[in-house]
Amino acid sequence: MSEWTRSASMMPELLSALLSGALTTIEITFFSFILATVIGAALAIVQSFPATLPRAVIRVYVEVMRGTPVLTQLFVLYFGLAQIGIKLDPIPVAILGFGINGGALLTEVFRAGLQSVHVGQSEAAFMLGMSRLKALRYVLLPQAMRVVIPPLANYGVGLLKETALASAVAAPELSFYARNLVTKTYLSGPIYVMAATIYIAMSFPLSRLAQHLELRASRGRRAP
Amino acid sequence: MGTHAKGLLKRFCGRKDLNWPPGMTANDLQGLANAPPLITVSNLCKSFGGQPALDNVSLTVAAGERVALIGSSGSGKTTLLRCVAHLEKPTSGEVIVAGRHVGDRIVDGRKIVMLDRQLAEIRTGIGMVFQRFNLFPHLTALENIMLGPLKVLRMKRDEIEPFALELLKKVGLAHKAGAYPEHLSGGQQQRVAIARSLAMRPKLMLFDEATSALDPELVAEVLEVMRQLAAEGMTMLIVTHEMAFAEDVADRIVVMDHGTIVDQGRPADLIANPRHPRTLALLRPKRAANLRSAS
Amino acid sequence: MIQLLGDWLPQLLQGVLWTLRLMVLSFALAAVLALPIALARLSANGMLRLLAHLYVELVRGMPSLTLLFLIYFGLPNLGITLRAIDAAVIGLGLNGAAYVSEIYRAGILAIDSGQREAAQMIGMRHRQVLRFVILPQAVRVVLAPLGNFAIALLKDTSVASLISAPEMMLQARDLTSEYFMPLQIYVAVGVMYLLMALPLASLVRFMESRLGAGLPKEKAV
Repeated sequence: MSEWTRSASMMPELLSALLSGALTTIEITFFSFILATVIGAALAIVQSFPATLPRAVIRVYVEVMRGTPVLTQLFVLYFGLAQIGIKLDPIPVAILGFGINGGALLTEVFRAGLQSVHVGQSEAAFMLGMSRLKALRYVLLPQAMRVVIPPLANYGVGLLKETALASAVAAPELSFYARNLVTKTYLSGPIYVMAATIYIAMSFPLSRLAQHLELRASRGRRAP
Repeated sequence: MGTHAKGLLKRFCGRKDLNWPPGMTANDLQGLANAPPLITVSNLCKSFGGQPALDNVSLTVAAGERVALIGSSGSGKTTLLRCVAHLEKPTSGEVIVAGRHVGDRIVDGRKIVMLDRQLAEIRTGIGMVFQRFNLFPHLTALENIMLGPLKVLRMKRDEIEPFALELLKKVGLAHKAGAYPEHLSGGQQQRVAIARSLAMRPKLMLFDEATSALDPELVAEVLEVMRQLAAEGMTMLIVTHEMAFAEDVADRIVVMDHGTIVDQGRPADLIANPRHPRTLALLRPKRAANLRSAS
Repeated sequence: MIQLLGDWLPQLLQGVLWTLRLMVLSFALAAVLALPIALARLSANGMLRLLAHLYVELVRGMPSLTLLFLIYFGLPNLGITLRAIDAAVIGLGLNGAAYVSEIYRAGILAIDSGQREAAQMIGMRHRQVLRFVILPQAVRVVLAPLGNFAIALLKDTSVASLISAPEMMLQARDLTSEYFMPLQIYVAVGVMYLLMALPLASLVRFMESRLGAGLPKEKAV
């Protein structure tokens, strides 16, 4: 019996196992996305202040995160920290790893967003008696979001696929399930095709959304 | 002084009376001069990358006084205005607004840093109108006006909204409350910007070439609002290229050139008796026209 | 620690070489494959356009890890067995081709249509226009994004360790099973990647400033 006909008969079991993995994929993606956004926005805001030391530290963080593979970062968090007694579960490690990694990328995105707002806007806010934080919150960030949202959405699409690497630290997500099923059933071809299809099914609507946001941002920009 | 100039003086003083705040007489103006100044700028220097923009400038503005800063571009008038607002950090010298020192200062050789919060507090009492309006594009006209009172003064929406609407009406834009800046003309945007400053009930208004970015046909509507403000007794420091407006509205004209104040005085006196060639050059076209019409 | 680093260094440097080889080979494959894909996406033939578009969407829709698994573990069932390193080169190359084709496409689209018209008016045929007028100009637009792709690819090669292709992260895994010091080893590996990525990044920045300034658009001013 060919592996494809055999897999067809096992379809329901395979599919339900893979889909439960897909749920974990979504979970990891969602929480890493939130973490990365919070880190990115916070660090970009800190960078917008004139203090030089925090800026230098953030610079180093960004360069290190962008200059090393996320897989290496995950291994440091999972195997490395365990060596010094900090044992984290795979899913938290994945969320933390992707969050910290994405935070560096999004720091740059938010920084570019804030820089895109004309300097007169913060001057006008200051002259209304706003502090830096208030100016950021009520005047700069709302305008920066126009520039930030499209790359943020694109980052989300990339992140969804990147979470496949969490399987390497045994996080029970889609790729991990796929690998386990293959070792159990030896149906490598069909299972990986199914896994790929599920990834595509999840990322396609997201990338469509990203395209839509990009288009809207480039069309409906209000003059500063 | 020739008869022409005397006539001119009379003409100007006469016109000034038209804009006098209600119930205010020339004697009151004399009284104002004795009150403590609202702005004191002493020995202010500012340079950009070694290039001096302000060179030892000192200036006082009394409460209720309208002072126009004129000069060719690059003369330092905008820099001076921005130093008063502390949007530029002076290289040396000091700025005192309403009795409070603005910015860092050195006392007994120790630097006392002004906190973000303290600076914000001082700026709450200063309104500023920018050349490029700087309205917040993500907010409607009404929301632009209410943002400061809501977030800085922490007023309730129903406390501030009637006042904001009243201000919009005052600048002639009651019908544009819900419009976003992108849907307003330059003149309308600038009038909303003025209303936005007024919503903070400032003691002092700074105007940085408020009409320079406007199409010629939109200048008058903004000047009219400024004129009205002057008539109400607002203390105003105005950087402008509109000489006729400066002569008309200002109690005092300050002429700047190459980062220094080269001449100042009542408009009529300056026109009648310019002490510096710059003054003459800046005011002459107008003067010539006046002389012609007076004769 | 210094002693240990000395022990690891030969293996780590071997890993660097393997990683660079993997990166260069898959980059070459991606850069070459991407050209026909980009041209197909811009072609007048609807079928070609659709196929190329489908390829790009499908490949970009799945993780590179999944593609590697498909090639390395899936193909043997069809009777095609590849060495891990070959599977890695092909997988990363196929994956990269989808991204690079988008870079090429943007580069070609960035060339002003007046260029095409001018070339046609001196009697060039479609092929000649592309070869002598469009592509030479597109190359300049494309270089900096290609550099950024190379940096991303450098980091992506780490994924190949998961199908046991010889590169840096696989060396690191071997070392950890020998020395049981994953923290130090993976940090050392991270430093190695940084040492490879940082020069590449500054090269890209250099290209961005140099080539950006030399674009025809700016020159005309």
